[in-house]
Amino acid sequence: MSTIEISVSVNGKAYSENVEPRMTLVDFLRDKLALTGTHIGCEHGVCGACSILLDGTPIRSCLMLAVQANGHEITTVEGLGDENCETGILQDAFRDAHAMQCGYCIPGMLIASEALLRENAAPSLDDIKEAIGGNICRCTGYVQIVEAIQLAAERMRGAAQ
Amino acid sequence: MSATNLRYVNRKRRVREDKRFVTGQGKFVQDVNLPGMLHVAVVQSPYAKAKIISIDASEALALDGVHAVLTGEELGQYCDPIRFGLKLPEVKWYPLAVGMARYSGEWVCAVVADNPYVAEDAAEIVEVDYEPLDPIIDPEEAFEDTDRLVHPGNGSNVLYHGHFHWGTVDKDFAAADETLKYRVRWGRSSTVPIETFGAQARWEQGTDILDVWASIQMPNFVELLSSTLRIPLNSVRLHQDVDVGGSYGVKRGIKHSVLVGYLARKLRRPVRLIEDRLINMSSGDAHGPDRIFDTEVAFNKDGEIRSLKIRALDDAGAYPGRAPFQLAKPISAIVGPYRINSVKYEAISVTTNKTGQVPVRGFGQSPTNYMIEAAVDKVAAHLGMDRVEIRRRNLINHDEFPYRIPSGSDYDSGDYHTVLNKALDAAHYDDLMKRRDQARTEGRLAGIGIATCLEPGGGNNIFEYLMNPTAEITTFSEGSEIRVDPDGLITGVVGTTTSGQGHETLVATIIGEELEMDPDDIRVVHADSLNAPVTRSPVASRMAIMLGSATAGAAKKLKDKVLAIAAHNLGKTIDELEYSEGAVFETGDPANKLSWPEICFIAHKAHHKMPEGMEPSLQAQYVFQVPGGGQLPDEQQRVQIYPCFSFQAHVPYVEIDPATGKVSVLDYVIGHDCGTQINPDIVRGMVIGGLAHGIGAALYEKFEYQPNGQFLSATFADYLMPSVYEIPMVKDVEHCTPSPLTSHGQKGSGEGGYLGAPAAIAGAVNDALQPLGITIDELPMRSHLIEALINDGR
Repeated sequence: MSTIEISVSVNGKAYSENVEPRMTLVDFLRDKLALTGTHIGCEHGVCGACSILLDGTPIRSCLMLAVQANGHEITTVEGLGDENCETGILQDAFRDAHAMQCGYCIPGMLIASEALLRENAAPSLDDIKEAIGGNICRCTGYVQIVEAIQLAAERMRGAAQ
Repeated sequence: MSATNLRYVNRKRRVREDKRFVTGQGKFVQDVNLPGMLHVAVVQSPYAKAKIISIDASEALALDGVHAVLTGEELGQYCDPIRFGLKLPEVKWYPLAVGMARYSGEWVCAVVADNPYVAEDAAEIVEVDYEPLDPIIDPEEAFEDTDRLVHPGNGSNVLYHGHFHWGTVDKDFAAADETLKYRVRWGRSSTVPIETFGAQARWEQGTDILDVWASIQMPNFVELLSSTLRIPLNSVRLHQDVDVGGSYGVKRGIKHSVLVGYLARKLRRPVRLIEDRLINMSSGDAHGPDRIFDTEVAFNKDGEIRSLKIRALDDAGAYPGRAPFQLAKPISAIVGPYRINSVKYEAISVTTNKTGQVPVRGFGQSPTNYMIEAAVDKVAAHLGMDRVEIRRRNLINHDEFPYRIPSGSDYDSGDYHTVLNKALDAAHYDDLMKRRDQARTEGRLAGIGIATCLEPGGGNNIFEYLMNPTAEITTFSEGSEIRVDPDGLITGVVGTTTSGQGHETLVATIIGEELEMDPDDIRVVHADSLNAPVTRSPVASRMAIMLGSATAGAAKKLKDKVLAIAAHNLGKTIDELEYSEGAVFETGDPANKLSWPEICFIAHKAHHKMPEGMEPSLQAQYVFQVPGGGQLPDEQQRVQIYPCFSFQAHVPYVEIDPATGKVSVLDYVIGHDCGTQINPDIVRGMVIGGLAHGIGAALYEKFEYQPNGQFLSATFADYLMPSVYEIPMVKDVEHCTPSPLTSHGQKGSGEGGYLGAPAAIAGAVNDALQPLGITIDELPMRSHLIEALINDGR
């Protein structure tokens, strides 16, 4: 099958790759760039496990083709911490609240939370629900995830003061 | 054991597994790439029942990048049917349909190609010629029907039909003031993890080893793989350092694994099969119980419940897996937390032309608990009694433990009244009732649920014997190993995969507690199955109980060796010595001591300083037997199946929109007692997560079939699971009644939320509908059902 060359920036690094036109963005990230932190859950846009930031906006990478990402900036879960895999405020809050069990949906949850907290330093419970309402977690029942986001927001506000 | 003496157990500490998940460094099966790996797509039957006349794969094989197309006919020649515990030789389960497809979506062929895209292209152009047959879909019809047989050779659709009779049922019924009969139905749902099932295999020709990576959570997996593929057990090496993306019982892709194992061996290439969501839902054989209960309850006018007659009919689907045994585990807590004197239990498992069933969180206990709690609510309603009061009248009292129930279980410990009271206090029950009543006066439908549940934990395979007396299996043991290296650093070795339960944290915490070392310095690894301590896998709410106690046992053995080495070198007896954080010193003369590095050096390197005859090095392994196991049932089929019993009390508050039937769970309080908590955050997560899963089963989740057997729920748009909008900010209150049977008093906590929530939500919905005179006796109680009942009632 013929391929198309695309250029994307992922977690601040520039990539140029040849991809088949039908390759999904999530497969591109996982299989071409070996960024396996982004997970595949349903491949029909419901569960949110494959969420990434595209130019700062959370999107479903299973519903987008890699070629559509040409020229765009992407952030995946691997881009949330620093280069040495040290965790940031949001990730630490998820650890301190034990906002996960199996960890499979967590990259998507972190991406949705990151997008929220970039826009809203003091989210209400309703704001948090709206931000992660499209991400399904089967382990936690969401309570510890909500608590983690509240904790992260509080710590970020503290750090900003 | 007093929790106050503990350093690390029952302390809030980070869960070590979480770091890799928040950084995107989890290692799930899809993240393990093998050079030269090929990918499988499957061809599915469009019919619920059909004879396979012919398969033409020539066009698919001609496609660039396609390596093979495998049919059931070929696979059936080289593999045995997958065993499933019951002795039914004519119920043959193969990864691919052999001769006949038995449910819509069943796998008929497997296509192997360079990548998943090409494999799916090729699967679409395999031509299969079918002769459609008349399927059987309804389980009650399947029980009676002798013509439409799912497995004709079996002679009937009945997989299991057993009668149990514990205690003086007839006498108790005759003596009781009143009796009530009712039917409740538990709908077909499952746990549906966000990671689908995946497996990949590589055959090593040079060593005759089949390497397997799989998203697996099940006992017997390696045994089943070897027996089905007809290779020796020690030729299968399961890599258990794979993170499993959720399971709650269902990650049992044995057929997938047999398929890739066969193909890897045949093609001499690594082969991978990752379910997409459609395959996962339609044909992963991962559906849960689908059960009808007909129950009769005998009780007195004061609310005392005396006896139960239960008939449970369960629809196992086309291939039963371990499904029938989900009727047997509930025997371990067949009366719930109540003082019920006697029980008759008729259990029936039938096969139908539906997707196969697997064990789901609680292994049949959640439907059973729903049935038991329905009895309590119905008796209360009949007598005009308060639902809390009737529970108080029947709950086992704290001073009655260990308490033996009619089916033979000794409940180890508990304080049910206190936990219920704590939950009611936290819910401000009096205020909650006022709130409900106020809502009603304002024209809203509002209800409170009250439910309790017992969570049997620890597991014991003896339930298999109850259904199949050739299976004399009276243990379900678990091993743990601790190794200390020459630098004095500690590594715990576990023999199984983990799917979110935090086993590494569990093991590190308990080693740290026993050896008085910081758990953060202790590594924990998942050995592959050829290197691992014995395991029965993390099922049955058993790992805190079994792996935890095994780890404590190994730590004690290790400590004994440390003390013996110290005693020899310090010229003292062990009685004259004290152990503290790895060092050993003379009581009364702390200067006479050996440090931890010195002891480790002696053990590994300075054999001349070791006690005579002692093995070099420093490591210990301990295998923990199930407490109360090791016994066959008595002549009345009474036996201790599970050792430990956790307890929960659930108090949800719901309101229902009368126009749409939509139920909103506005508040939820849960009181729980799982003995000593090894890590409180892990327990809390399990409890609330299980509860959320129970809300799904109660209100939303159902695998639907058309009468002709077409499957209707293959996407997340059709099978609805709770989002954050459907789960309130649950308030949890704890209580601790330690188990006398485990290393630190711990019990299981992985299932209880799921066992109690469906019953509690059902109670709340029925309470809300009670002013309209409506009672719903089936789950899930979906909005369209509720709306129809409300509007029909008007």
